[in-house]
Amino acid sequence: MKPGHGEVLIAEGDVEVAEEHDALVDAFRRQLEAGMWAAVPRADAGGRRQAQMVSSFDDVPRDADRVIFFPRAAGGC
Amino acid sequence: MLLAISASVIVVLVLLWEVAWPVASEKIACWRARRARIEVEGYDPGRERRAEQRARTLLRSCVNDEEWAMYNDLGFIRVWGGLTDGPMSDRDTRGAAYAYLIYPHKPIVAYMPQTRRLLSEYCVTFPDETRPYGSSRLPDSDDVLAKWMALTGDERRIIASANMHLPGRQVDPKQVKRDLWRLGQWEQARLRDPRRGAGSVHAP
Repeated sequence: MKPGHGEVLIAEGDVEVAEEHDALVDAFRRQLEAGMWAAVPRADAGGRRQAQMVSSFDDVPRDADRVIFFPRAAGGC
Repeated sequence: MLLAISASVIVVLVLLWEVAWPVASEKIACWRARRARIEVEGYDPGRERRAEQRARTLLRSCVNDEEWAMYNDLGFIRVWGGLTDGPMSDRDTRGAAYAYLIYPHKPIVAYMPQTRRLLSEYCVTFPDETRPYGSSRLPDSDDVLAKWMALTGDERRIIASANMHLPGRQVDPKQVKRDLWRLGQWEQARLRDPRRGAGSVHAP
């Protein structure tokens, strides 16, 4: 998520392919170092949708089709 | 006599001028400021509209059918709270069902659905300090999605990050009560029409 732009594709690849896996890990790390939060949208067996916050690439479920990065929350108003 | 009256009138006029001029000059400055054209650097309405369209598509792909319909029809999303001791950790709310209303670019409002009692407001923003496109503000639907992900993914952390206030500080309690009433009506309409209720998920 980017202000003034909405969704931006940062990286894509197959985690089973070594080179693409490394590129995804690098992209993931860069986003977290830039202060972003990462979440994986999920649906449970009952159909309930929720997000899973992840703080390292290893936390990303293997079957996840995407990770969404968004700016870190801060107190406002 | 005439001289004395004239002098008095002059003194009164000068005193009035002294009192009125600062107020008048402020009003004039405000009027000029309101009429002035302010060029917002980097702001492009077309780009913002396209960003909002992309954000809506992303939000649609993440939330369930009921939440999406709720956002489309009512302009907010309800998320059920999951903390066993409630969002405020007080005795009144411990163990009771509670939920949040997520509005775009407004505080998250916590409330108790059974009584419609408003609990608190959580002011939270997602500022992107890099400001890649001239604005640090996410599109409306991205702001809603960020709150939705943060609440469903790690409710305790987002609540801890937010500034908590009593209800009514930013969001008009009357408006929230009205929205809760609209939500009730909307849910009843969906229950009456099973086609509209497809894909809905009820409270835990």
